[in-house]
Amino acid sequence: MRTMHAWRAMSGIVLRELYRFVRQRERFFSALVRPLVWLFIFAAGFRSTLGVAITPPYETYIAYEVYITPGLLGMIQLFNGMQSSLSMVYDREMGSMKTLLVSPLPRWFLLTSKLMGGVMVSLLQCYVFLGVAWLYDVQAPWAGYLLVLPALILSGMMLGALGLLLSSFIEQLENFAGVMNFVIFPMFFLSTALYPLWKLQESSPLLTILARYNPFSQAVELVRFALYGQFNLPACVYTSVALAVFLGVAIIGYNPSRGMMQKKGSRL
Amino acid sequence: MPARGLTAALALFSLLSGGTPAAADTLYVTLEKDNALAVVDGAAGKLVKTAKIGKRPRGIVLSRDGQQLYVATSDDDVIQIIDADSLRKVGTLPSGDDPETFAMDPEGKFLYVSNEDDNLVTVIDIAKRAKVKSIPVGVEPEGIAVSPDGQWVASTSETTNMVHWIDRAKLDVVDNTLVDPRPRAASFTADSKQLWVTSEIAGVLLILDVATRQVIKRIGFKIPGVTAEKIQPVGIRIDPHRRYGYVALGPANRVAVIDAAKLEVVDYLLVGQRVWNLEFSPDYTRLYTTNGVSNDISLIELPEHRVTKSVAVGNYPWGVVARP
Repeated sequence: MRTMHAWRAMSGIVLRELYRFVRQRERFFSALVRPLVWLFIFAAGFRSTLGVAITPPYETYIAYEVYITPGLLGMIQLFNGMQSSLSMVYDREMGSMKTLLVSPLPRWFLLTSKLMGGVMVSLLQCYVFLGVAWLYDVQAPWAGYLLVLPALILSGMMLGALGLLLSSFIEQLENFAGVMNFVIFPMFFLSTALYPLWKLQESSPLLTILARYNPFSQAVELVRFALYGQFNLPACVYTSVALAVFLGVAIIGYNPSRGMMQKKGSRL
Repeated sequence: MPARGLTAALALFSLLSGGTPAAADTLYVTLEKDNALAVVDGAAGKLVKTAKIGKRPRGIVLSRDGQQLYVATSDDDVIQIIDADSLRKVGTLPSGDDPETFAMDPEGKFLYVSNEDDNLVTVIDIAKRAKVKSIPVGVEPEGIAVSPDGQWVASTSETTNMVHWIDRAKLDVVDNTLVDPRPRAASFTADSKQLWVTSEIAGVLLILDVATRQVIKRIGFKIPGVTAEKIQPVGIRIDPHRRYGYVALGPANRVAVIDAAKLEVVDYLLVGQRVWNLEFSPDYTRLYTTNGVSNDISLIELPEHRVTKSVAVGNYPWGVVARP
């Protein structure tokens, strides 16, 4: 694998994802509307419910909108990760994945490039969302908007890798509804995206444990701390490990000789 | 080249993280329930130490030279004189019963104390540590302020619902203005042309013209998601250039920012629970709030109006002063 060759292939795959996203205007708006509905409507209804504990990285009292903004960034990336997995299933059903996988480059590299493409799309969505939130008076320190970039890349890769992993198991597009019910909703609601752990602890210790070890929570906390100029090492380690596991299993899943592809190889 | 790149990156980071730091100051916060005084590093937003003083400390004023603190210890029925460096008590002033709020004249020679139970304003000569006069005012006097030009002492009485105008030369009430229910705090603008008074029950800020001693504007507050009965305006601070005034809104947990020229509310800042009193840092780059129920103080950066930190200080923080 020559570097130039690899670079050309990766930029080709990433650009294809970006073009596809930008050209599908309705997808762009729906991706943006979803978190904005949560920010403008859901958060308005729960404005005074957060209570009075100050939890890091915050150093003072915050409005609920401020609290859920990093969670909504996570939501964007979670949906984007799942959307990529949907597009993988679509590509496979339509046969266009063949074109990609017959390339002489290693399969792990192609899958990682595909993952990077999804992450770039999610970054675009996240920054547009942060811009709208800024106009809505949900403002982080200026440095936070720069420092959150690496955190968003890592969390986006982890959630994208989860999508890749799921796509290696899904046989048909119709099964994607199951992903909504069994992956997206539990992951999102059982996390620190909408409520801090101490609030969850008041109602259920079991849910607190599940939320604490949910990789989505760790990704959200990594993003939350970075947005306020702080580095959350445990969340970073946890998210990186989750990324390695999800990506590793996804690569195995896409290996024709070993993984799930063997079972559904005929459609590739 | 790499060194230049690094310097540029550092410069960019410093620009992004908020520019030059503000001057240091020391805050003294009275803790009503702990019978203590908390000392806080204002710039760092860190509690430095806590010292026991008298019973139920509330009102606090810094001497003009910054060397002494005057603290009303309500259940001791005195105003204590405390050395600001050592935090040792160096004397007491005869305040009358149950002193709570008091104000100092521009020269720093006299204190004017509201005696809530006796319906009096007590005038104290600080140097002589003696009472000069007791002036009868309305029922339950609470808020008190001395005009920066030294002409007036304004006292608000919570039950009579009046502002009593005391002529400082005569030390007598020369006029009264009827205001909205339960007037709590009073503050003059730096040019002594306006008096701002908060009415706790009506939930409004009243602007009085000093020349005519009439109410010229009534400013109400409306916060999305907060019920009207929670909006109970108390402490006031107005910047010396009269650009902005700030009003603590009690259980609404907000500080209202008022455009002091247009006399309109321009923003609400979320702080701790039951925000009561306010104070500027000596360089006016920060505003501090005492939050009685959440037991902390909040730091607000000016002129950005950004709440940056809330610092736990002890039980029932009441009054606050800042020393350079």
